[in-house]
Amino acid sequence: MTINDFLMMRHELLLTTIALIVLMVDLGLKPGKKKSIIPFTIVLFALHTIAGFLPAQAGELFGGMYRTGSLQIMMKNVLNIGVLIILLQSASWLRKPENLEKISEYFILMFSTLIGMNFMISSGDFLMFYLGLELATIPMAALSAFVHHQTKSAEAGIKLLLSSALSSGILLFGLSLIYGSVGSVYFNDVAASYSYTPMQILAFIFFFAGMSFKISLVPFHLWTADVYEGSPVNVTSYFSVISKGAASFIFITILFVVFNSIAFIWKDLVYVIAVLTMTIGNLFALRQKNMKRFLAFSSIAQAGFILLGIIAGNKTGMTSVIYFVLIYIFSNLGAFGVVSAIFNATGKENMDDYDGLYHTNPKLSLLMMLSVFSLAGIPPVAGFFGKFFLFTSAASAGYYWLVFIAVLNATISLYYYLLVVKAMFINKNEQPIAYFKSDLTTRIALMICTLGIFFIGFWGQLYEIINSISIGILN
Amino acid sequence: MNILSLFVLIPILTIIAVTFTRSLKQTRVVSAVGMGIQLIMAALLIFMYLAERRSGNMAEMLFTYDALWFPTLNIHYSVGVDGISVAMIGLTAIVVFAGIFASWTVEFLSREFFISLILLSSGVFGFFISLDLFTMFLFYELAVIPMYLLIGLWGSGPKEYSAMKLTLMLMAGSALLLVGLLGIYFNSAPGGGQLTFNITEIAKIQIPIEMQRFLFPFAFIGFGILGALFPFHTWSPDGHASAPTAVSMLHAGVLMKLGGYGAFRVAMYLMPDAAREQAWIFIILTSISVVYGAFGAIVQKDLKYINAYSSVSHCGLVLFAVLMMNQTAMNGAVIQMISHGLMTALFFALIGMIYGRTHTRMINEMGGLMKVIPFLGVVYVIAGLASLGLPGLSGFVAEMTIFVGSFQHTDVFHRVVTIMATSSIVITAVYILRVVGILLLGPIKNDHYLHLKDAVWYERLSTITLVLAIAAIGIAPLWLSDMINGSLVPLVQKIAGNGIAGIF
Repeated sequence: MTINDFLMMRHELLLTTIALIVLMVDLGLKPGKKKSIIPFTIVLFALHTIAGFLPAQAGELFGGMYRTGSLQIMMKNVLNIGVLIILLQSASWLRKPENLEKISEYFILMFSTLIGMNFMISSGDFLMFYLGLELATIPMAALSAFVHHQTKSAEAGIKLLLSSALSSGILLFGLSLIYGSVGSVYFNDVAASYSYTPMQILAFIFFFAGMSFKISLVPFHLWTADVYEGSPVNVTSYFSVISKGAASFIFITILFVVFNSIAFIWKDLVYVIAVLTMTIGNLFALRQKNMKRFLAFSSIAQAGFILLGIIAGNKTGMTSVIYFVLIYIFSNLGAFGVVSAIFNATGKENMDDYDGLYHTNPKLSLLMMLSVFSLAGIPPVAGFFGKFFLFTSAASAGYYWLVFIAVLNATISLYYYLLVVKAMFINKNEQPIAYFKSDLTTRIALMICTLGIFFIGFWGQLYEIINSISIGILN
Repeated sequence: MNILSLFVLIPILTIIAVTFTRSLKQTRVVSAVGMGIQLIMAALLIFMYLAERRSGNMAEMLFTYDALWFPTLNIHYSVGVDGISVAMIGLTAIVVFAGIFASWTVEFLSREFFISLILLSSGVFGFFISLDLFTMFLFYELAVIPMYLLIGLWGSGPKEYSAMKLTLMLMAGSALLLVGLLGIYFNSAPGGGQLTFNITEIAKIQIPIEMQRFLFPFAFIGFGILGALFPFHTWSPDGHASAPTAVSMLHAGVLMKLGGYGAFRVAMYLMPDAAREQAWIFIILTSISVVYGAFGAIVQKDLKYINAYSSVSHCGLVLFAVLMMNQTAMNGAVIQMISHGLMTALFFALIGMIYGRTHTRMINEMGGLMKVIPFLGVVYVIAGLASLGLPGLSGFVAEMTIFVGSFQHTDVFHRVVTIMATSSIVITAVYILRVVGILLLGPIKNDHYLHLKDAVWYERLSTITLVLAIAAIGIAPLWLSDMINGSLVPLVQKIAGNGIAGIF
């Protein structure tokens, strides 16, 4: 390997290096000094995030197994920004005495999953894709069982492990059928000779089902709520934002690049799944009282909206998916950041506990309101632009009724998002959560989210940048 | 700096200034100053517009400004006004200004109240100056969403229910609207070429008729929900009854006009062929709105409900007139929007002031108020007379023009619906006079009312502003209708086309 090859893989290699450094430094620290690893790692990761934006060249490695280009780099950078915010948000939770022993584990597990996702995004064949997927999934189970002395958390870990093992099995079966029918696992070869014989359709369905598990599309969504509720808040936000974003990225890439010849088949499938996902996700979210479960179900509905960009099948579609995920990172992490700050300060995470929050913690409430408005797609915050462009891309392919169903669902989602606003602003409470001041890292994280929610939408150039590197279905 | 952009900028600056205030006194002074400047700007805009027209500038839109926002999708921040939007901006500025003074004593979270109120108004101003469907939609939603907090926090009665109902119904309306707008966008270049959201650009081309048939109901009903189109009007009575005074004023006075304005500026103007084909369905619905709203008002006992149903009736008349598709009726529609905006704002302001004194809105619990609060009583009578269409006040001009216009159609269908709609004038007279009789005249039913104080300075300022505007339109209507008429010509030409295809 030449130095150029290393540079091409710098996202993965740098991250691996950081994980190793963290491990080494942790070994050398005295038990009382473990806390200092937190700022150290965050700074390292921030540098890594910045390094990701440096110009890079496109190319292939390992005979086409690993591909990189501005599109892949953009996707990885988007994920990096999200992870950085999550790390900032988890700092105060990690400083708690019960976590002191495991601080470096948290970072290393999170970085391993991120490396997996990066490989997944850069994959040029199904083997690399599958390796990345497993590397991303298995540490995630460990993360969700991070507070292992709590039954709920341990339960979440095992549930995630079992359901992802099942979905990986389904996915692998699909991949083996693809290999059987085409004789290659390279994306280019598969794309070149894929048609719609019954076996290939079957293979595709298995692949689709496996991926639907990962993105938690209905009817493969049932694991999400319990896993999200049981995991620590910051891990939940990681699942619902980063893991979902990465899976959407790779899903849309593979559908566009590999299965372009059967687009007319998967479009019908995506249509049905999108309607189901949005509607059922919303209906479940309506009744949730626990904030984490609530955000979990709402994120299922959001995944349904992402499908609107996928179904378009053109360049606008991919642009709007990446753009939406970027905005979704800021809005959802804003909401999770508030939930996490309140949980760390008081241990409360039910919607009833938020009653009257505005009167004691106005800033947190305002950020929460902005975040849920952004999730619901209300102007002038960024979420409006994200949703609008998703709808535009679906309409560009002529799916007007789907857009209509989606916007109606957005209205339904507005109902439960407004319930949060109602709790914080309107509901009366004898004993609201008392005023508390979050620590510096949490406030920085929340500040980044606020800025993102406010300004991304007005920055038209960003959409152009993403659009210039996106691709549509290749004919 | 473009003068139109200032109409969005000034409210935002006012909001920023309000966040730094420390007490109710500072907050309301800052808000009043900000909205006072806005009112002056609106007056300035009207004069500048008239001067420009007099100097022979016949461009369809004036004071235009255009900035590219999202190049690939060809989304612009594009603003410009014609006579209709100038008139609507004037109306908005007056109502907002009066609304600030009507909420002079909001003690509870006053900063947040004024911020939400001004944010709402910035959405309305933005809507009226937009030439780009994207920004128009953005401002439309921006105007709707603060309503939730305004009603939910500062409202009365079943406020949480009403706030949720109103927000969700209006958002469902915007769901329909969004589909319509996207459909228009993707058919804005039938011969190939750059798609556009720009209204004046799209008006130059012909959207394929099949698409028009499909999209017109989406766009028209989408706006119609906000304009209280039967059977989608049910948010209106509950919402208005629960809202605090200034919010009812703004909502009935201005926000519902967004629906009427959008219905012809976007739905009918851009899809005239489908509008002509499907008009009869909506004419029937709006006729029902007009009559049903008026009958609804007769049986109500709560002052706010009476006025809310009367708004359904009057806003129905706006859509009714728009669908008549001729110069006279559409002129009447715009005057009706302005006239109704002013008088319903006046009504809601007065109801708020009366409620603040008597602590009830039930008309049968009150009586003889004219004797103790003569100022408010007289103004109430003036508003009532304007509402039932007394010559010399704005309501007469509007309704007269509408019915003259709609009677110009010689076929049976149009004649019948016109006569039905005209009956609402009589019904309006019934409920207005009934309220005036019970509420203001007769014996005083409650000794407690003997000690009521009449209006104080800020209440007088708020109501007199509105009364002056109503009287001005009533006495010198040509001034307003000339301004509107010139701008209506291209709209009517495009919408009416070669006559109206009806089913009869």
